[in-house]
Amino acid sequence: MTAREEILGRVRGAFPGGDGGGVTVPRGYRRRAPVPRGDVIALFGERLADRRAAVRHVALDELAVAMAAMLWAREAKRVAVPADLPRAWLPGLDGVRPLTDDPPLDPAALAEADGVVTGCALAIAETGTVVLDGGRAQGRRELTLVPRHHLCVVHADQIVHTVPEAVGRLDPYLPLSWISGPSAGRTLEILVVEDW
Amino acid sequence: MRFSDAARPELGDPAARRGRRRAAAEARGRRADAVGGFPGWEALREAGAAIRERTLRELGTHLETLEAAVEEEGGHVHWARDAAEARRIIDSLLPDDVPAALVRSDVTDEIGLDGAEPGPHSKAAVVGAGFLVAETGTLVVAERGDGLSFPGTLVAVAGIEDVVPGWTDLEVLLQLVSRAGAGVPMRPAISTRTGDFALVLLDNGRTTVLADPDGRAALRCVHCSACSDVCPVFQRTGPRPYGPGRAGPIGAVLTPQVRGVEAPLGASLPFASTLCGACADVCPVKIDIPAMLVHLRGRVVDARRGRPVPPPEMLLMRGLAWSMGDERRYEHTLVRRARWARLLARDGRIRRLPGLFGKWTDARDLPAPPRQSFRAWWRRRR
Repeated sequence: MTAREEILGRVRGAFPGGDGGGVTVPRGYRRRAPVPRGDVIALFGERLADRRAAVRHVALDELAVAMAAMLWAREAKRVAVPADLPRAWLPGLDGVRPLTDDPPLDPAALAEADGVVTGCALAIAETGTVVLDGGRAQGRRELTLVPRHHLCVVHADQIVHTVPEAVGRLDPYLPLSWISGPSAGRTLEILVVEDW
Repeated sequence: MRFSDAARPELGDPAARRGRRRAAAEARGRRADAVGGFPGWEALREAGAAIRERTLRELGTHLETLEAAVEEEGGHVHWARDAAEARRIIDSLLPDDVPAALVRSDVTDEIGLDGAEPGPHSKAAVVGAGFLVAETGTLVVAERGDGLSFPGTLVAVAGIEDVVPGWTDLEVLLQLVSRAGAGVPMRPAISTRTGDFALVLLDNGRTTVLADPDGRAALRCVHCSACSDVCPVFQRTGPRPYGPGRAGPIGAVLTPQVRGVEAPLGASLPFASTLCGACADVCPVKIDIPAMLVHLRGRVVDARRGRPVPPPEMLLMRGLAWSMGDERRYEHTLVRRARWARLLARDGRIRRLPGLFGKWTDARDLPAPPRQSFRAWWRRRR
């Protein structure tokens, strides 16, 4: 008998009367809440602050300047960026060199980057989380894992209130990274763009 | 080795005990913050407990769904009866010439894997899975999620109970495991990957646990560690005395089930608890650990019944049953034992009992029995 047959046999044998079934999951927990947009965005900022992630709210025309200030403050000179990062985001900065991931940066080049700038797929206010799915302005997953500093641009429209709202919107077939605050020696900074 | 013997050196190290006490207090504080102000926490626990219970009751179906979904997405599923088989399979899946990185988890510890953390140069990685979504074939790593992200061979290892039926179930389980365990709204780095990995599903005693209706709920565990943080026993002994399996209250109910209640460790773990119930109060999937400990204590006692030489406490209990089975015998025993006990007492306290009873007085005094028993007093009053 193969291990598969043996294990599945033992699993089924644990319930002599057939599949134990009959459990319904009570979904009475909070999936969404009637909260004004402004409060959701403010909550996102508070949660990030709880997790020691710097957060700034800016208008679209202030984005490039705010980003310049944050990169300067981190002394990030070489900044990895996904190939499809909107040009307007990146300021013409003195002393900051964008390393575009096209062709893909090799591990050595990536290791030399001081930081990385990306967008995100969505953000969760209640947990202070940004989720990347490899889509627009996010690049491949390795980009955000190697450099020690991550600057993530979030549009106010991308912020959902609760975790169930986020899970409902995300595509399970994409490689997802949920980042909630700094971890493993990497910092996280968030720029929330209030108008789009 | 018995739990109490293994615990002795740990208890003799006051610095380590202080450190554990402080760490546990901090963890409890974080958890209280993360759970206390969260609206609908109890409703979330109810949902989590039901999701995990349903998973166990329909485990065969969900495992087959998972297998089909993973293979549909280009992955492969392997089945391992025990730790040695799992290690053999993993070895055969990894390339020979490059060292494999490891993202540790309880299950990689269980099968004894070792390796460095993954980095951009890793060509192959073994990761302990957090959850596996049956419906989509998605691997979820809820702790140190980076391992999923580097190119090369990816081998995921999971216990057969780590499967969850649907994608939507993650909205419950990720919140529970983050808030109850780490005391944060969401773990700092969670990664998912669908397809394109090799999955090793491990039994290693789990189907034995599943077969015991009074013990199987232990497999609901989502590895959050909240029970250890609140356990007064764990706080004093640390993880080591729990032996090679899981530590803390969940280990005290899993290890005796997996390894049997005959060996010293399995026979002593169900008693390594005051049944205070703190673990059941915090468990995000509502595993009733104290009830399970009581059930296992019963199994330990039952396993000893057949021995040619009965253990001392069984003789004692038999003696008690005999003397309490008859009113006159009971009265006689009471009077005689009370007289003996008063002989041992000094200033109203017994500091040392003879023989096996001496263990009880190792750590505390016993008050001397009063001259008159309650029953005698009651008779005289009437």
